[in-house]
Amino acid sequence: MYDKKLAHWDDIDKIRADFPLLQNADVDYLDNSATSQKPQCVIDKEKEYYEQYNANPFRGLYEISVRATDEYEAARQTVADFINANEADEIVFTRNATESLNLAAYSAGDMLVNEGDEIITSVVEHHSNFLPWKALAKRKGAELKFAEPEADGKFDPEKIRAMLTPKTKIVALTAMSNIFGSVNDMKTIAKYVHKNGSILVVDGAQSVPHVKTDVQDMDCDLLAFSGHKMLGPMGIGVLYGKKELLEKMPPFLTGGEMIDMVTLEKTIYAPVPHKFEAGTVNAAAAIGFAEAIRYLQKVGLDRIEAREEMLTERLVKGMQQIPHVIVLGSEDPADHHGICAFKIEGVHPHDVSTILDTDKIAVRAGHHCAQPLHKYLGIPSTTRASLMFYNTEEEVDRFLASVKTIRGEMGYED
Amino acid sequence: MARTFYNEILTDHNIRPGHKRQLEGANMVLEGVNPSCGDDIVLQLRVEDDKIVDGAFVGDGCAVSQASADIMLDLIIGKSREEAAHLSELFLRMIKGSVTDEELEELDEAGALEDISHMPSRVKCAVLGWHTMDEMFKGKNEAATTEDQ
Repeated sequence: MYDKKLAHWDDIDKIRADFPLLQNADVDYLDNSATSQKPQCVIDKEKEYYEQYNANPFRGLYEISVRATDEYEAARQTVADFINANEADEIVFTRNATESLNLAAYSAGDMLVNEGDEIITSVVEHHSNFLPWKALAKRKGAELKFAEPEADGKFDPEKIRAMLTPKTKIVALTAMSNIFGSVNDMKTIAKYVHKNGSILVVDGAQSVPHVKTDVQDMDCDLLAFSGHKMLGPMGIGVLYGKKELLEKMPPFLTGGEMIDMVTLEKTIYAPVPHKFEAGTVNAAAAIGFAEAIRYLQKVGLDRIEAREEMLTERLVKGMQQIPHVIVLGSEDPADHHGICAFKIEGVHPHDVSTILDTDKIAVRAGHHCAQPLHKYLGIPSTTRASLMFYNTEEEVDRFLASVKTIRGEMGYED
Repeated sequence: MARTFYNEILTDHNIRPGHKRQLEGANMVLEGVNPSCGDDIVLQLRVEDDKIVDGAFVGDGCAVSQASADIMLDLIIGKSREEAAHLSELFLRMIKGSVTDEELEELDEAGALEDISHMPSRVKCAVLGWHTMDEMFKGKNEAATTEDQ
């Protein structure tokens, strides 16, 4: 249960004023799991980079290039501290979580998996934590096995444990489903995976923005997440990896600025993390992302967590009380972490989102890049409302009021 | 008065479709899909001497795609292929926002979908049935016809 004092903010109007889009767009934005809005300080930070010290990091020996390099590396440290990585070198900047997971599958995957080996993922995964492993299994002639969720949307670590065999090389699972919102016990799963001599790759795209993440405590080997779902710019993602593992992994992309020395015969790759950051990096976005993290810390992670739980409870409980509405995942609102995927009997999700759009409410409709999960659940698609701390009780109430009208709008007389 | 474009004609055809069933003896069958949103219909016609004698569809999708297919069947059953193709041309023009009042009259209940022209994201849903019929008349047919046998 959340702390009421932490959840109800006197300064919510002031916080919302930090987000230009919330002022400029006439919308109740409830599609935060797709991407979050950006505070002014993040927008300004990217602008400052381009206006004050834009130069290619690592290349130049002149002042602004040195500053660009320093700020970029400081951003790496900020991210490392945020997830309690052991050191900044364990943070690889990528474009997004999808690229991070592809890096994991092509680099660690190709290194560890051989013909006849097994890779475990799940039916819950976003396509980005499914397709790279499927491709790896195909490349190597390995077998891909799928864990299934329990009724509350979570993995049972014991069942994951039972799937492990001596042939299992990689277990790749989401820490938080983008449909259920439920958080998985990755720490226990990591223990079992390591006991089996396998590595654990975690998709943290949904969890890192909403749940305090400590990679040392979780003990995952690789963790992917993106900046844009946590107030940062688009185009910047992260692959955290234990340094020992990253050092063993071969490069993913090769080219500029990822080497120490190149001759026609021989290449010596740069140390981690630069070995994995081929080509010109998105320095502005990395620096903007670090600013987003500082903003989150300034607002207060404990306050954010409490407020999101309060709003989620209001949302999920409200939905559970509306006839003909079925909320996916756990019955306990505390399990949802801002996410409420639902269906309305007799109404297609695209019609649901169109009617909500008429009421200026933005939600996501479709399969949410999780088609295998929808197939597993036996439903073609769903509608999803997803919250961020800057949402308000009034927005949740307007959403619930609009949902209540939908069946009537579609011609049902109930 | 509905606050959205989901008027009574549209919702009624969606909830209580007159032609959503398997058609025994169909000699023209074609599946139409909008991959981006998952709308899916299988249009089934029985055409004799260039006349659409009977028609039906099965499918899944949003109210717009399903109701539009049902309304289309209301209009084309009993018509010649040529007349049906003419209606299809009118419907597509209506969705693009360029039909005359007389032409709109010809479209009868299909005119209830006129407001979709203001909803670019839903145009594909509205035209799925009509588009599938056009493709069918161009020669795409998943039914083994008597001529083929």
